[in-house]
Amino acid sequence: MRLKNGIARYIKSTALQRRIMRRKGLDRFFAFEGLFVMGVALLVLFALVGQLAADGAGRLSWQFLTSFPSRFPAQAGILTAWIGTLLVMLLTALTAIPLGIGAAIYLEEYAAKSWLTEVIEINIANLAGVPSIVYGLMALGLLVYELHLGQSFLTAGLTLGMLILPMIIIATREAIRSVPPAVREAAYALGATKWQTVRDHVLPYSMGGILTGMILALSRAVGETAPLITVGALSFIAFLPHPPWQAEFPFVSFEWLFDPFTVMPIQMFNWVSRPQEEFHVNAAAAGLILLAMSLAMNAVAIVIRARFRKRIHW
Amino acid sequence: MKALDVSQTVLKAESQGLNFFYGQAQALHDLSLPVYDRCVTALIGPSGCGKTTYLRCFNRMHDLYPGNRYEGAVILYPDRVNIVGPEVDPIEVRMRIGMVFQKPNPFPKSIYENVAYGMRIRGVSSKTELDMVVERALQEAALWGEVKDRLQASAMNLSGGQQQRLCIARALATSPELLLFDEPTSALDPTATSRIEELVTELKQKVAIVIVTHNMQQAARVSDHTAFMYEGRLVEFDRTEKMFTNPSVKLTEDYVTGRFG
Repeated sequence: MRLKNGIARYIKSTALQRRIMRRKGLDRFFAFEGLFVMGVALLVLFALVGQLAADGAGRLSWQFLTSFPSRFPAQAGILTAWIGTLLVMLLTALTAIPLGIGAAIYLEEYAAKSWLTEVIEINIANLAGVPSIVYGLMALGLLVYELHLGQSFLTAGLTLGMLILPMIIIATREAIRSVPPAVREAAYALGATKWQTVRDHVLPYSMGGILTGMILALSRAVGETAPLITVGALSFIAFLPHPPWQAEFPFVSFEWLFDPFTVMPIQMFNWVSRPQEEFHVNAAAAGLILLAMSLAMNAVAIVIRARFRKRIHW
Repeated sequence: MKALDVSQTVLKAESQGLNFFYGQAQALHDLSLPVYDRCVTALIGPSGCGKTTYLRCFNRMHDLYPGNRYEGAVILYPDRVNIVGPEVDPIEVRMRIGMVFQKPNPFPKSIYENVAYGMRIRGVSSKTELDMVVERALQEAALWGEVKDRLQASAMNLSGGQQQRLCIARALATSPELLLFDEPTSALDPTATSRIEELVTELKQKVAIVIVTHNMQQAARVSDHTAFMYEGRLVEFDRTEKMFTNPSVKLTEDYVTGRFG
C-alpha cells in the first residue's frame, strides 16, 4: 500500500516536473525570440545609418552648411534647405499646437457627450491616418488656389500644421485623460471653475505627455516631402528668405512668409534624382543632418518630459 | 419619524423631500434630514444605500457629470438658500461647503500650494495673507508641527494619513460653513484613523460636519447625530447614543448590532 502510494507520487511528480519544464522551455524560447527580433530591428537601423554615414560623412563641412545649391556638386550646400526646414517647422508648430491643445481641452473637458462629439472624435482619429499626399492636394486647392497664399513658407507651414493637427489633438487628449478624476474633483470641491481647474491642474499635470506628443508630431512633419512637393516646394533656391526683422518701425517683417521655400527632404529628393554620383553623396550628407535635427528634437522632448515628471509624481 | 429634542442646537442645513436621479435610476427617495451647526452628523448604512450620493448633493458634485437630477430641496441656513435649486450656482455652493474625499487626493504640488489653492482661486494673492491662512489651516488640521519646515516639499511625499490631514487643511483654509467627509479614514491605518477622528471632534467647535462612514464604532465615537439609510431612504435619525443603544426601528437595531450589512 505504502509502496503503491510512493510510486504514484513519483509518477505524479515527474509528470508535473515535465510540464513545468515544458512551460519554462517555452518561456526561454520567447525570450530568445524577442531578443532575436530586436536584434534584427537594430541591425537594420544601424545598417541604414551606417550606409548614410559611410556615403555622406566625408561631405559634411562648414561649407556644406553655408552654401546655396549649385550645379556643381562640390560647391552645393544646404543653407536654404535647413533654414527653410527651421522656418516651416516654426510655422507648423505655431499653427498646430495652440489649435490642437485648444481642441483637445474642449473635447475632453467642456464638450457634452453627444452623437456630434462622437462623430468628431471618430473623424479626428481617421484624419490622423490620412496619407500626407492627400493633405498636400487639399492644401494646393485651398491655400494656393483659393486663398492665393502662393507657393510660400506660409502655405508649407499651414499644410504641415493641418497634417499634424489630429496627432496633436489625440496625444493631448490622451495626456489630459491620464489626470485622475479625483484631482479634478478636489479642485471643483474648493469652488474652482472649469477654466481654473484646467489651467491650474489638468494642463500642468498633463504637460509632459502633451509636449511629448507635440515633439513626436513635429518629428514626423520634419521629414514630410510629398505634401510639400504638391504645394510647390522649389528644389533650387539660391537666395535666402527676407529676414524677419527690418530697420524701420515696427521692426518685424512678415515678408518672408510669402517667399518661395524649400526644406531638407526636398533638397535630398532633388539630389538623389540626379544622375551624378557626387549629388548622391550630397543627399546622404543632408540625410545625416536631417537625422541629427530629428534626434535633437527627440532629445529635447525627453529632457522636457523628465523635467515635468520630476515636478509631478502621483 | 419621531421629533427630537434639539432645542439647544441650531440648524445649519436641512434636506426636504430630496430625490436624486442618476439618469433614469432614482438613488435617493424623499430624504428629509436636519444637519445641526457645531455638531457631527454621521450617515451610516450598508454599501449602496446612497450615503455618499446624499453627501455629494450638499456640494453639488453630481453636477460635474451629465444626466444627474435633483428634486426637492436642501436648505442651507442662515440665509435659507436651496443648495440644489437650479438657479443656484454650484460654484457658489462649493465655496461655502468644503469636502474631504474617501481617498486622500492632494494636488501634486507643494504642501503650501495645496492649502493656499482655495484662497488663490478666490483672488487672494498677497503673500502675507496666504502665509497666515496656510499656517492657520495646517494648525487646525494638526499637521503644522510635522510640515512647517518643508512647506515647499511635494504633498505626494507625505504618508497617507498626513495627506488626508492636508486635504482637511485644504478644505479648512477657505473657512467653510459646512464640512463634508466621505469615509475619510477608509484608506488609512488605525493610528491615522484615530488622529482624523480626534480632529473631527475638535473641528466641530467651529463648523458643522457631515460624515459618511462604514464603520459603526466610528459613527458612535465621533458623531452627535446619526442617520441610518437603507436603499436610498432614511430609516431613522436620532441622537447617536439613542441610535446605538435604543433605536426605534427594528432595521436600525439589526444593522447597528451587526445582524446585516
